[in-house]
This record gives sequence, C-alpha cells and structure tokens, in this order.
Amino acid sequence: MPMYSLILRSASHFLLPLLLLFSIFLLLRGHNEPGGGFIGGLVASAAIALYLFSMDVKAARQVLHIDPRELLGWGLTLAVLSGVPAVFWHQPFFTAQWLTLELPALGEVKLSTVLLFDIGVYMVVIGSVLTVLLALADADDARH
Amino acid sequence: MLFAVLSGFLLATVAPWLHRLFGRHSGWALGALPLGLFMYFGSFLPEIQQNGPLVIDYPWVPGLEIRLSFLVDGLSLLFAMLISGIGFFIISYAGRYLESHRDLARFYVLILAFMASMLGLVLSNNLIALFVFWELTSITSYLLIGFNHEDEDARKAALQGLFVTVGGGLALLAGLVMLGMVAGSYELSEILTQGEWLQAHPWYLPIVLLIVLGAFTKSAQVPFHFWLPNAMAAPTPVSAYLHSATMVKAGVYLLARCYPGLGGTQTWLFLLGVFGAITMLTGIVMAVRSTGIKRVLAYSTVMALGTMTMLIGLGTEKAILAAMVFLLAHALYKAALFLLAGVLDHGAGCKDFLQTGGLRRAMPISTLIAALAALSLAGVLPLFGFIAKELLFEATLQAPRWAWLFAFAAWSAAILVVAVAAIVGIRPWYGAPVQTPIPAHEAPPAMLLGPAVLALLGVFFGLFPWVIAYGLLEPAASSVYGQPISLPLALWHGFNLPLLMSVLSLVLGLLVYRYWDQLRAQTALLDQWVRFGPERGYEAAMQAMVRVAHWQTALLQNGYLRYYLMATLLSTVVLLLAALALNASAVQFYFDLSGVMLHEYVILAVLLAATVMAVTTRSRLGAVASLGAVGFGVALIYVLFSAPDVGITQILVETLTVILLVLVLFRLPRFLGLTSTALRVRDALIALTVGGTITLLMLSTISTHYFDSISSYFIENSQPEGYGRNIVNVILVDFRALDTLGEIFVLALAAVGVYAMIKLRADRLKKGES
Repeated sequence: MPMYSLILRSASHFLLPLLLLFSIFLLLRGHNEPGGGFIGGLVASAAIALYLFSMDVKAARQVLHIDPRELLGWGLTLAVLSGVPAVFWHQPFFTAQWLTLELPALGEVKLSTVLLFDIGVYMVVIGSVLTVLLALADADDARH
Repeated sequence: MLFAVLSGFLLATVAPWLHRLFGRHSGWALGALPLGLFMYFGSFLPEIQQNGPLVIDYPWVPGLEIRLSFLVDGLSLLFAMLISGIGFFIISYAGRYLESHRDLARFYVLILAFMASMLGLVLSNNLIALFVFWELTSITSYLLIGFNHEDEDARKAALQGLFVTVGGGLALLAGLVMLGMVAGSYELSEILTQGEWLQAHPWYLPIVLLIVLGAFTKSAQVPFHFWLPNAMAAPTPVSAYLHSATMVKAGVYLLARCYPGLGGTQTWLFLLGVFGAITMLTGIVMAVRSTGIKRVLAYSTVMALGTMTMLIGLGTEKAILAAMVFLLAHALYKAALFLLAGVLDHGAGCKDFLQTGGLRRAMPISTLIAALAALSLAGVLPLFGFIAKELLFEATLQAPRWAWLFAFAAWSAAILVVAVAAIVGIRPWYGAPVQTPIPAHEAPPAMLLGPAVLALLGVFFGLFPWVIAYGLLEPAASSVYGQPISLPLALWHGFNLPLLMSVLSLVLGLLVYRYWDQLRAQTALLDQWVRFGPERGYEAAMQAMVRVAHWQTALLQNGYLRYYLMATLLSTVVLLLAALALNASAVQFYFDLSGVMLHEYVILAVLLAATVMAVTTRSRLGAVASLGAVGFGVALIYVLFSAPDVGITQILVETLTVILLVLVLFRLPRFLGLTSTALRVRDALIALTVGGTITLLMLSTISTHYFDSISSYFIENSQPEGYGRNIVNVILVDFRALDTLGEIFVLALAAVGVYAMIKLRADRLKKGES
C-alpha cells in the first residue's frame, strides 16, 4: 500500500500534528461555530489516513497509541456516562449539566456533560473509521 | 437509594483494578459493598414498619412514563437483604474458591453487575425499569453460567438458560405493557391497588398468562425446569448465588409482587397451584434420582421453587406467610449446602455423591455445617426449616380448593426431601472412608465462614422465630397479601395433623435413603422417559431455528452485492411510492427558476457532468473521482444555503469515502465489460426509478406542512437552554443527544461488522495458503 513519495512523507510529518490540533479545535469550538465531535473526528481520521498513505500501517498505529477498536469502546462508554450525572440531580437521563469556571489566564471556561458527550462522539468516529481503514490496509499488506 | 442500587455496577467497573490491588484478599475487599448494602437496606426496616411502604422516585425517560422509582416495602427489603447478605458470603468465598482461576477479576465484575441488576429488579417500582433489570439478570446469568467459556457444555448450558429466560422475558414484557395500559400507570404502587378493576378487565387472562410465563421460565417451573440443572456448569459460587438463592427466585418475587393486583382468582390458583405442585414433585423425584452433588441440589432447588409458586397460588394468609418463611429458610440452607458442595470439590475433588464417604475425619467443621443445613432442609425440630415445613403442611391443608391433593403432594415431596437431606448430610461424611481424587483436607476459613453463618442462622431463627418474623417476614408477607398479616411464628404448634405428617415424612424419608441405591437401580427406566421431556422440545426448536436461518440466509444473502443493492433500493422505492400515493395531492410540480443565480447553475452543471461521467466511464478510479465531484458539489450547495456544518461533514465524508474506495479498488480484478445490454437497461431503469422517486419525495416535502416546523423552537432555545450558538451542534449533542447516541452505536456496530468481515476473509486466506 505505501506510496513511496518523499514529498508526501515529509509533508505528512508536518501536517499530521497540525491536522490533529485542528480537529481538536473543531471539536471544542463546535458548540458555537461550525464544528463538533463528528466533524472533528472525521478530520482526525483523515489526518491519520494521510499518514497511513505516506508511511505504513505500523506507523499509523503507533501515532494512534491505542487500538482504534478500544477507542470505539471508550467513546461509547464516555457518551453513555455523560448522560448519567443528570440522574443524580433528579433530572431525566441526558439532561445537560454545566459548570462555569473562572480561570485566571483563560477567563471564563464552561465545562459540561455535553462536551463529554461530544468527545465521546469524536472518539467513536475516529475509532470506527480507523478500525475499517487499518483493517483494510492490514489485509492489503498481508497480500503483498 | 439510586446510588445503592447502582453501586454494584460502579464497583464492577473498577473491580479488576481493585482485584490487582488487594491480591488474594480481594474477595473480602469487594465483599464490603454487599455487606454495607445489607446494613443499608436493614436500616429501612423500622421506618417501613412505622410509615408503611416507601416510594423513591427519579425521572428517567419522562416522555415515555419510564421512571427509576423504587418501592421499599417488606417484600423488596426481604429480597434485597437476602441478595446483599448472601452476596457478601459468595464474594468472599469466591475469592478463595477461584483463587487460582486466571479470570477471577472477570468473575468479580460479573457477579457485582449481577447483584446490582438483582437489587434493581426487586426494588423497582416502575414496570419498565423492572423489566430492564430482569433482562440484565438474564444476561449476567448467561455470562456467569458460561464463565468457563472454553468448556463446550458450559457454553451450551449458558445459551440454553439465556434462551429460556429471555424467551419468557419477551412474554413478560408484553404482559407488563398490557398491565400498564389497563391500569393506566406503570408504577407498581399505583397498579397493585386496582386489583378488582384488573381482574374484571377482559385482558386479565392474557396479562396473567404472559406474566406467569415470564416468571415460570425464570423460576424454572415445569416444563421449563430443564435449564436450571444444566446451569450447574457454572462455578459453584455462581450456582449457590444465582441458581439457588437469588436469581431463580426472581420469578417467585414477581408472582408475589403481582399477587395483590392479579392474585386470588381461580385462574391464578389453578396456574400457580397446579404447576407449582407438579414442579415440586418433578424436582424432588429428579433430585433423588441424581447422584452428582450439584445436580441433586439443583433439582431440590427446582422443588423449592415449585413449592413457593404453589403457596403463592393458594393465596391464603397462611400460604403467603408460609411462602415467605420457606423462601428465607431455603435461601439459608441451600446457599450453605451449595457452598459446601464447593468445599467438597475444592477439598477432596468430589463432584458426585458416589465418590464420597467418610470425610468427617478430614473435614470435621464441614461435616457439622452440612449436618445443620441438612437438618433444616429435612425440616427437623428445632431448625428453621421445621417451621417452614409445618406452615407448608398447614397452608396446603387449608387450601381453598383441592386441599387434600395439595397436602398429599406436599407431604410426598417432603418424604423425598428428607431422603435428599440425608444424602447430602450423611452420605459424604459418614461410613467407610473412600479414596477421593485429591487427599481430603478442610477448607480455608474464608470458605467456611459463609456456610457456617448461614447454617447457624437456620438454628437461631428456628429457636427464636419471632426475631425474624416481626422484623422482616411479617412485613414481607403483609406487602404480598395486601393487608397486615400477624400470625405468630412458633416452633411448637402442638400435636396436630401437620406434626404427624412431618414425623411420618421423616421416617419414610430415612427409609428411602436406606434403600437409595436399590431405588435408583429400579427406577432407571425413568431416565429413558426423561429423555423425551421438555428439553427435547427445546432442542427441536433450536434446530428448527437454525434451519430457518440457513434457508433465509441462502435466500437473502447470496453474496452478490448487486442483488443486495437492488433489494434495498427497490423496497425503499416501493415503500416511498406507497406513502406518496396516499398523499398524491401533496406533490405539486412547481418550478420557479427566477431566483436561481448564475453560480448555482454552474454548480448544477458540474454535478450533472460528473454524474454522466461516473455512469459512462470505463475506469474505476475515474468513476470514484466523479462521484467525489458530485459529493463536493452537493457540499457546495449546503454551504451556499447556509448549512456550513452539513457542508463540512459532507466534504469530510466524501474524502474518506474516496480513501476507502481507493483502498478497496486495488483489490479488484481488471475492469471488464461483461454486462449484457439487457442488464444495463435494467440497471438504468432501476436507477431512474430511484432517482425519480426521490425527486417526487423532495417535491412533496417542500410543499407539505402538516405541523409547524420544529426548527423555530431549536433556533429560539439553542442559546438560552443549550448555551450554544451552533444550532446543529446543540441539537446533536443536547436536544437530541439520545438520537446521536443511537447513531454512534450504529456507526460502531457497522465498523465492527466490516472489521469482522475483513478479518475473517484474511484469516481464511491465510489458512488457505498454509
């Protein structure tokens, strides 16, 4: 599968961290501007897909640090758990809970179960796209 | 309360780490939770005695009237305390019993999750919540029976238990929903007060049949009893906990819980009384016929479940009290005996009564505990089992109908129970020592504590029955009966018929034990007969299901992608056209091109050109690229019409699709034009039909307004309630979070499915090469 292109390979080394950062940026800003967990997850998956094309499966797995299948499971777990806190305040499951923090350097920071849920979505999207992608690439490697 | 019920699940999630932290003492550490819960539930007792039942309410899905509400009364506390109390002994026992098992951590996770499900089941006040917990117990039970998953028998038994109980669970769900509809509420506390209304309703019979079916499968009543003895493939602590003391009693619990609303009719008496009595006799006959230690105990559990069902069916004040007393007595001695079965296995390697004998020198403490538990089982004065047996006889003698029949059945069963008690209390310990598979030695204290305490409680409650009667059993019986019951429990009821029956059953039972070997030989014919029992029906049903699955797989999943696509597209088209035909007036051909800008024409032209290219090109990469161009064009339209989120998503999905297709394309053979012209025409027709239908759908959508659009609500409330300016995102993660949750689950399942297909194929290729 790997295409030995020096340009692509050098470029992807710089692009990967930028794209991943961008995906997190998209994830975090999603509540107010276009973005969110789904879009962020797709950007992150595309970033790693780019890396996969320029390097190989092993390198892509190393960048990920964690098996995408596990990411999938943890993402789902996080998404479900984000609905739980509401129940303890005698509110229906999945009612959003907000916590506003005043931090000296950053100003007002709003934390919420909604953000946790979005992070869960982000993880599930990366997990499912890369589970399929890496499995396909693996199968490809096995044939060559 | 919510925290107490869910604490088992929470602890289960961290159990593996705690296990690593505490090492061989993890059983004690994790056992602290059930012990704490036991005290917590106990602390409710004085309160409910003074103020009556307590309902604790948490909203869950208010739109569907599903609440996480808990009903704390005598019955639920009796069960909750049994579950948590015995749970403590089971977990601390398992810490030693499974010490060398590599999956001990998994055991803790499952048993804690099971305990939490069971607590939720007995405490739920909402029918739907009760059902959810009910199914959770089935699932955790499945995982626990199949704990040794490398053993084929264990897997088979687990699947059997799951199919039988979940099948009954489906009936139960239907019954509960009907009950909720008739009663106009899904809260048990509101339903059970409407007994007369429910019993006069035409749906009464179906409701009772469905709920009883659910309860019978769970509590292993004839003809569904066969799964329980097979479930003994589970590790012994599991058998002791799930398949004797708690889970199988969930059905009994449900029947007792429903009694004030549904009980007391002729139907109820017939269904529960007769099936309970048959189960009682079947169970005990099979128990005497068996020789495997756990099998004997399992069948005698079937007998006990039948007895309790029968007593709830009889439904008199005395019968209800007898059922509660029997429940407690049985939980105490049966859990103790099961744990001792584990001690025998652990300390001497014996799994069958025929391998045992003369162990009392090597295992003196076990011998004593076994004797106490067996005496309670046999119902010998002055143990708690004696009181249960006396009450059983009295209740059957006073049954509203067929009293002599019930009494005779109970008495015959009691004779064989005495024989079983002798088998477990005498056979392994006395007589000539037998060569055991491993040299017999006494079990460690952690494994003796549970059985010892449970057996001693049997003695204590026998001598001082008022202690437990006043605090727990009377409130429990009262909440089943629907009005206060006050029948003083006493050890000595005087010289009467029940006492005579009791004494006779002891004598005859010991005689049966004396001639046990001969008796088994002479009734060997029964085994031939049992092979045609209901288990055969289960197996036939399973085989039929597999055959149907094969047939329909061959029909529907023929392996040709084009047929799948055709089937999917055409059925969608048919459904859509049918819906459109019903609203034919809604479709208005309304074209107004005045507002279309030039650049929009350009995008449309690009879209059309790319589509034509995709259809006509002979290069696969070209087709993929053209499709990509179509996608980007659509994304552009989204952006132009101010839906940036959708546009971005479309672009990203398009990109990833192209990447995926490229990965797949390399694996396809060279492009060949094999398709005949006729087939191409057919495909073109299908494509045009699908496209035309979608166009019609779009036209009807823009011209129909059944309801006010919901988007204005979202626009108005996104900022004040969701604290977000991006409405799409607020809808996704807040307003409609549950939908999104469903979608990401689908996404995850799809990914796992694709992964499995790729890996299976890769494995097959690898095998083919080597």
